[in-house]
Amino acid sequence: MDWLIPLTLTVITASTPLLLASAGELITEKSGVLNLGVEGMMLVGAIAGFAVTASSGSAILGILAAIVAGILMSLIFAFLTLTLMANQVATGLALTIFGVGFSALVGSGFVGFAIKPLPGLHIPFLTDLPVIGEILFGQDFLVYLSIAAVIGIGFFLTRTRAGLILKAVGDSHSSAHAIGYSVIKIRYLATMFGGAMSGLAGAYLSLSYTPMWAENMTAGRGWIALALVVFATWRPGRLLAGAYMFGMISVLQLHAQSAGVHVPSQFMSMLPYLATVIVLVIISSDRAKIRLNAPACIGQAFRPAQ
Amino acid sequence: MNANLVKRTLAAVVATGALAFGMGAAQAEDVKAGFVYVGPIGDHGWSYRHDIGRQAIEAALGDKVTTSYVESVPEGADAERVIRQLAQTGHNLIFTTSFGFMNPTLKVAKQFPNVKFEHATGFKRDANVSTYAARFYEGRYVAGVIAGKMTKSNIVGYVGSFPIPEVVRGINSFMLGAWSVNPDVKVKIVWANTWYDPGKEGDAAKALIDQGADIMVQHTDSPAPLQVAENRGIVGFGQASDMIKFAPKAQLTAIVDHWDEYYVSRAKAVLDGTWESTDTWGGIASGMVDLAPYTNMPDDVKALAEETEAKIASGELHPFAGPIYDQAGELRIKEGEDAPDGMLLGMDWYIKGIDAELPK
Repeated sequence: MDWLIPLTLTVITASTPLLLASAGELITEKSGVLNLGVEGMMLVGAIAGFAVTASSGSAILGILAAIVAGILMSLIFAFLTLTLMANQVATGLALTIFGVGFSALVGSGFVGFAIKPLPGLHIPFLTDLPVIGEILFGQDFLVYLSIAAVIGIGFFLTRTRAGLILKAVGDSHSSAHAIGYSVIKIRYLATMFGGAMSGLAGAYLSLSYTPMWAENMTAGRGWIALALVVFATWRPGRLLAGAYMFGMISVLQLHAQSAGVHVPSQFMSMLPYLATVIVLVIISSDRAKIRLNAPACIGQAFRPAQ
Repeated sequence: MNANLVKRTLAAVVATGALAFGMGAAQAEDVKAGFVYVGPIGDHGWSYRHDIGRQAIEAALGDKVTTSYVESVPEGADAERVIRQLAQTGHNLIFTTSFGFMNPTLKVAKQFPNVKFEHATGFKRDANVSTYAARFYEGRYVAGVIAGKMTKSNIVGYVGSFPIPEVVRGINSFMLGAWSVNPDVKVKIVWANTWYDPGKEGDAAKALIDQGADIMVQHTDSPAPLQVAENRGIVGFGQASDMIKFAPKAQLTAIVDHWDEYYVSRAKAVLDGTWESTDTWGGIASGMVDLAPYTNMPDDVKALAEETEAKIASGELHPFAGPIYDQAGELRIKEGEDAPDGMLLGMDWYIKGIDAELPK
């Protein structure tokens, strides 16, 4: 059992950035917007968070900066696709390429800086509980925020009027427009939320996961977050489970190796992707079910009739 | 995707390519050196050190030379495209700085016989392809000696990238060093299957520490494993460049690459017309391999490390001095002999005593 606690702790930290970014993208996609720029927004969030934390010494300011940076990135996307009606797939890819380069440019002065990692929570008594203490009460606050965000999103989408309007916009923008909702405004807000969460995910990487700035440090996590949203069939509960499963697979293979389990490491590195493909096959074999959740208007530009 | 989108995407790709390779016209007969890096120059490790070498060429040869580089080039089909692009845009000296660029480099070299190629860490040469590498295993032997003295749990955690000879040789050399002072040391190896993914490298380091490792060694390029060591209160070694800023309490030393002198001498050779296909393998003695200041260790360990370093530099000590057996118990290097370079360059076996299976 000695290995279980440290393993769980590592899984939590590996899963949190995936969860943060995919939770934001879930809302964006539910409004009918497909933003493939998650990786780019995460990187810009990571460097903004790191740069501000390193210069001001305040992690809170850094996190706020990461959120703002993520929102600004998503606004570029929103302006191009919602106002100018550019193709969402192409624009999203461009946003990622832009984010990779831009974050490297801004970050070149911050390579080799060291900062203190985000402090973990410490509640006297609770954190000191055996076994569950550190796992439940010893994380940094972004971990709790990521879980709270998923629960909040679940509540928002099913129990609030605003959430139902959001889904209506994503499922049939013309109908939503016809009954008087401002499709463009709602999509702007949803896209900005996605940007904010991607920025946060980036900040988690550069402030807590590996407290440093390194070019392209997301190393594909933005793409995994995108896959996760589909994997979860746009349901917050499955998103939470999926993020932790992906985190666990990637960490478990490293632990298995260090414990001397002789499984080819290349095979284990492949597992998260294999899992995605398998689940995709399973869910798409049940077409009616997936259609219930997939936003019908995803990726389509909306031109209001004059 | 409609045709329009495809067209637009293609246009964007072409524009990006033009930007990446858009260079001024080179003066005839001057050196136009191109560099292909496997990671970003901001990795603060392997690619970063090569870029320091590139800057050294510019500083040393001034306006007789122009340099350009392409970073984060994957080891695959893309590499060949990038190398060919550099050759086509008038570069007459091209450095390809990762093992996985070997075959693409040779392929392109055949098509451009007038362009000189320099491939790092490979073993295939041609009339216009030189190879060069540094004997990092010498540095790793010194690191092993330090680790053998410093470990309390007798478990060393080793984050590997890919099981290629360069990395396997490093593990063997490290353990020979460690066993020379402490025969009880065990090594646990995790293959990250990447040269550069800070998050994954860090997770690998955490897994090793959870398994009891109290010394962290890495053969991947980001400072993440060493940083994890710092945060978990153990010690370890930096990779490719001095990483003391990331781990002021944890870095014992770092194995630092120095390409500067070699790069400048090769660029000069092209200028003078004396360039020939060569095979260069420099170690501590030549300055290609350097060890960062010894920190976070008691004075006697430091003295031992300095002594080992000096002995390797003088040639008195060869890390792979026989007798050395492989895992199957077969005698690979006879008593009184040192491993020949050919054996070291192709090393695909663990020495006896390493309790792990080499991935095939």
